[in-house]
Amino acid sequence: MKPVYLDNNATTQVAPEVLETMLPYFHELYGNPSSMHSFGGQVMKEVRKAREQVAALLGASPDEIIFTSCGSESDNAAIRSALASYPDKRHIVTSRVEHPAVRALCAHLATQGYRVTELPVDGEGRLDMEQYRRALGPDTAIVSLMWANNETGVIFPIEKAAEIARERGILFHTDAVQSVGKIPIDLSKSRIDMLSLSGHKLHAPKGIGILFLRKGTKFSPYLIGGHQERGRRGGTEATPSIIGLGVAAELAHKNMDRENTFVKGLRDRLENSILKIVPNTKVNGDRVNRLPNTTNISFEFVEGEGILLMMDEFGICASSGSACTSGSLQPSHVLRAMGVPFTMAHGSIRFSLSVYNTAEEIDFVIEKLPPIIDTLRGMSPYWKTGAQLCQEA
Amino acid sequence: MWDYTDKVKDHFLNPRNVGEIEDADGVAEVGSIACGDALKFTFKLDESGRIKDARFKTFGCASAIASASALTEMIRGMTVEEASKVTNQDIANYLGGLPQEKMHCSVLGREALEEAISYYKGSPEKAEEEKIVCECFGVTEKEIERAIRENRLRTVEEVTNYTKAGGGCGNCHPVIQEIIDRVLSVMSEAPAERPRLSNIKKIKMIEETLEREIRPALKHDGGDIELVDVVGNRVMVATRGACASCQASNQTLKNFVEVKLRELVWPELVVEEVSA
Repeated sequence: MKPVYLDNNATTQVAPEVLETMLPYFHELYGNPSSMHSFGGQVMKEVRKAREQVAALLGASPDEIIFTSCGSESDNAAIRSALASYPDKRHIVTSRVEHPAVRALCAHLATQGYRVTELPVDGEGRLDMEQYRRALGPDTAIVSLMWANNETGVIFPIEKAAEIARERGILFHTDAVQSVGKIPIDLSKSRIDMLSLSGHKLHAPKGIGILFLRKGTKFSPYLIGGHQERGRRGGTEATPSIIGLGVAAELAHKNMDRENTFVKGLRDRLENSILKIVPNTKVNGDRVNRLPNTTNISFEFVEGEGILLMMDEFGICASSGSACTSGSLQPSHVLRAMGVPFTMAHGSIRFSLSVYNTAEEIDFVIEKLPPIIDTLRGMSPYWKTGAQLCQEA
Repeated sequence: MWDYTDKVKDHFLNPRNVGEIEDADGVAEVGSIACGDALKFTFKLDESGRIKDARFKTFGCASAIASASALTEMIRGMTVEEASKVTNQDIANYLGGLPQEKMHCSVLGREALEEAISYYKGSPEKAEEEKIVCECFGVTEKEIERAIRENRLRTVEEVTNYTKAGGGCGNCHPVIQEIIDRVLSVMSEAPAERPRLSNIKKIKMIEETLEREIRPALKHDGGDIELVDVVGNRVMVATRGACASCQASNQTLKNFVEVKLRELVWPELVVEEVSA
């Protein structure tokens, strides 16, 4: 059974053209780009090209691009570098809805004597910019805010937030893992100092990421080793993946319109149809400032894991913010930060699309999902009474 | 993705006995929507006092639905007395096991069964003044103590897996640790308090466990095992089939057979291989 893959915020398929470009670099052109011989040197040229391709997607200059192993490494490198570069400053500003790569790191740093401010969000997952302004102080070493939320797709006003940080001389980092390739980004016009990107979220392979480091930004390397990446990140370059990411960046640039028209159209069709057919459902997060590919829908009085496993029987892949799937006993920290009630939070499902999805696939989900919710609601002790309560309220 | 057994999947996708009995003899509602698991459970007795029907409604994950479905199947035909002896481990075993993190689903089933039996017997409702240890999930000290005793839990993480206590803010972890220390020390100081196992019962349980849990697994690999004798806590067995010539059979005896027997029969059993 070919899967109906609607979990692209978790990971994406490697684009065929990306894979094809990568293959020779495993077994034919396997030279080390640092070598003196031309066998390695020819790979160096391709790595340089990939750096340019990625820079072009971000509106950055090639020497502002550092290849890393993943988004989490980039996040760690950025935040730890800021703290190492400004040892007198002991304060970090971040949000309650960050990815664990930032959130867990900040929680760890809080045990090491750093003060961490986690900005709250409102019911739609939005920041209060006044509160953000007030959180910044002379002791603040770095602000780290995600560009778009992985669970809801809600987009933060990152460029504005970066400007505010810059006015106060505070370094600004953004985890842009979910937004790169889905919304236009032009770093030449922004005040962002550091940005994290992950290859496998935009049809490059897993195990490759990027840290954008604005020229002139103080930096202290996280991975110390060889002279690679101009001494900013040791370790032999993952040449096939780097070259693959270059192609993926170019593709993302080319597909940007399609992402915001075709993919957005499919997402809206899925969302609107489900809301129309299935009663007691709600979209989580700001529907205006949102990634074009993501929808997070809560089905009241049912639990997400059951929905996922029943969809799995039809080959439909999605994610849930329910406790049972979050690996903890509580529903997702993002939905809790938004104050989504428990009756809704446990039954939340995230669909995240890509340019490889089709209208047929979306129609298939629109056909299969409502009966699944009916079945699970039929088993739920809350359904009948709960539904009545809602209507009375 | 959770590693669910086929039986869990079957009971989730084809749940048995969903619903509510109108004129039920036993009724229970346990868990809450805030906790992510809730179970409404009812049963009805026949004229001879045996459970003739049991129904459930569950809000919860696949293993919660499967545990409730399994429970309703397991207790059919039982007397109330027999049903009151069903443990959470029995529910998990019926399903071929549950992931550790999901054991609380089987505990929820046992709690519902117990509450429904109390309802039937007309026993007073749970005492209100019970001390809550975990505020996030409303778990009482008694519930934690019981889970530790019945399942021989040793760490806070295990207690969380079985009861959910400590799975939220984590503030109660030190208290849970204290309870573990206390319960375990009482258990080791006073072994006499544990139910005594007569020799006959012990041998019978060993035989049953070999039959149900161990021999099918060994046979699957072309091996087999035979019980030769039981002397005190020494369980003497002979290996058969592929096991008899297998280099790793000693490992299997210690790591699988002995572990299972200790878990399901008696914690101090020692398995020894004899030729017979």
